[in-house]
Amino acid sequence: MMLRAKAPRRPVSDSHAFPTRSYDLVKEFLIALAVVTVLTVVLAAVFSSPDDKAISLQSWAKTAPSDVVATAAGELAGTTTSATYGPPYNTNGDGQQLLFLPLQKWAGVRYPVDSANDLVVGPLRSMTGDPAVTGALARWDSATAQQRTTWATAYGDALSKAPDGEPAKVASGDYGPVPAMAAGFQRLALTGGLEQQLTSGPFYNADPTKALLLLADGSYLEDQARAQSLGGDQWGMMNETGNYPGQPWLWLYTFWYQIDPFKSSDNADALVWGLMMVLTLGLMLVPFIPGLRSIPRWIPVHRLIWRDWYRRTGH
Amino acid sequence: MTAPARATTAHTTLTERLRTRIEHTVPQGQALPDRQPAYVRSWVYVFGVLTLSAFLVVLVSGAILAVGGLTWWHTSSVGHFVNSLHLWSVEIFFATMVIHLWGKFWMAAWRGGRGLTWVTGVLLFLASIGTAFTGYLSQTNFDSEWISTQAKDGLNAVGIGAFFNVLNPGQMLLWHVVLLPFVVGLITVWHVVLVRRHGVVPPIDAVAPGETVPGDAPDLSTASQEEARP
Repeated sequence: MMLRAKAPRRPVSDSHAFPTRSYDLVKEFLIALAVVTVLTVVLAAVFSSPDDKAISLQSWAKTAPSDVVATAAGELAGTTTSATYGPPYNTNGDGQQLLFLPLQKWAGVRYPVDSANDLVVGPLRSMTGDPAVTGALARWDSATAQQRTTWATAYGDALSKAPDGEPAKVASGDYGPVPAMAAGFQRLALTGGLEQQLTSGPFYNADPTKALLLLADGSYLEDQARAQSLGGDQWGMMNETGNYPGQPWLWLYTFWYQIDPFKSSDNADALVWGLMMVLTLGLMLVPFIPGLRSIPRWIPVHRLIWRDWYRRTGH
Repeated sequence: MTAPARATTAHTTLTERLRTRIEHTVPQGQALPDRQPAYVRSWVYVFGVLTLSAFLVVLVSGAILAVGGLTWWHTSSVGHFVNSLHLWSVEIFFATMVIHLWGKFWMAAWRGGRGLTWVTGVLLFLASIGTAFTGYLSQTNFDSEWISTQAKDGLNAVGIGAFFNVLNPGQMLLWHVVLLPFVVGLITVWHVVLVRRHGVVPPIDAVAPGETVPGDAPDLSTASQEEARP
């Protein structure tokens, strides 16, 4: 078999040089618009759309009080996700890296969050009429940072070992004022006052960043999400509550979280983002990448698309 | 017929230059032609205009939602129905856009100087994903709570989260209803203008009547199967 020398490129024929036929673009558009409109109305009327009520901190405290107490203890001990996060919330972690580039760290702390003080101690200071809380806060304030951490860590550990994590069943120990603070925190949440304390601004409270970080530090939110198959290892990013289609166009992004090495990597988010950036760039540059741009020639789906033309012109 | 050559007369004012630029962007009569090349005869061609139509329905349903405000649809049955219209039009928009994209891939629609048309199409796809994503973050319900607390990690990991706070629905809503739709609209116009400027790509290996055919060489460089032909 002889290999033929590579033929020189021939310019693609000018589309305007081909025979034409009548084609009403406006009519096509109007029909398409009508079809899409009717289809949308029918789908909306038949299937509606999901709207699961937001989990309020009040409903969290009511439904999962033990989780609220455990989360408060974790914030005070500095062991929660937000407390150890790093940028953009604090400097308690270095964050992830992409090809040894600490992009997360370089971006800096833009939304400062001191989990113990901003999410727990600060809101507790609003409970001026609660002697148990004010007394506990006075003891907390007078203790050293190391003592505070020791108390809170010990209480968090004891809660995790208690049956069902119930504060009432925690083994006795030296937990300092932490049990009183955590219990007061749960009471504050139950009144609905915690949202007000955590949202920014004295009147217009439009940024719930801190409240969401607190909610995500607990396990209740994730438990509810996993029950609806929304977990990260359940293709959660592309799913929607109920049986509704979510964002299926994110399937490739979500896919990487389901397989190694990504799903077991502490650096998974940066790795997946980096990979998706490369793949996206590849998709964008398909016309300029030898081999990739020739796939349509190798797998001739185009012969199906233009079958009438090829048949009529004898190709 | 190709894009006409630039006028050779020197233009002195910016207005003249801009006018000339606009007049020569699309060949005369091709901005809204009433005839198409004879090879434009497939259902695949419909998905581009279906995507455009779905985009309009998305915009209109979103605009009605905007009239009611951020949380209107939680408390009003009419608002909820409009939200359903918005959701399903978005699903149709992406479905038709993806079919359109795959169709253009198998047609190698970037041939003949149409590379930028493909690039703008991919940019449009990306901008649309961002727009839809910010919509999901602006729902002010359980779904947006969960999505935002999960998505923050990916965005923070590459430094984007420091400037684009997915936990802040106020910021996300403004991106969703102003910034990103503007970007999508702008790229859409650019994309459509490019399509009209270059015309619909001819079938692979098709030769226009009257043109000479230098061998049967492919118009894409390439292919080992071409080179390996005995």
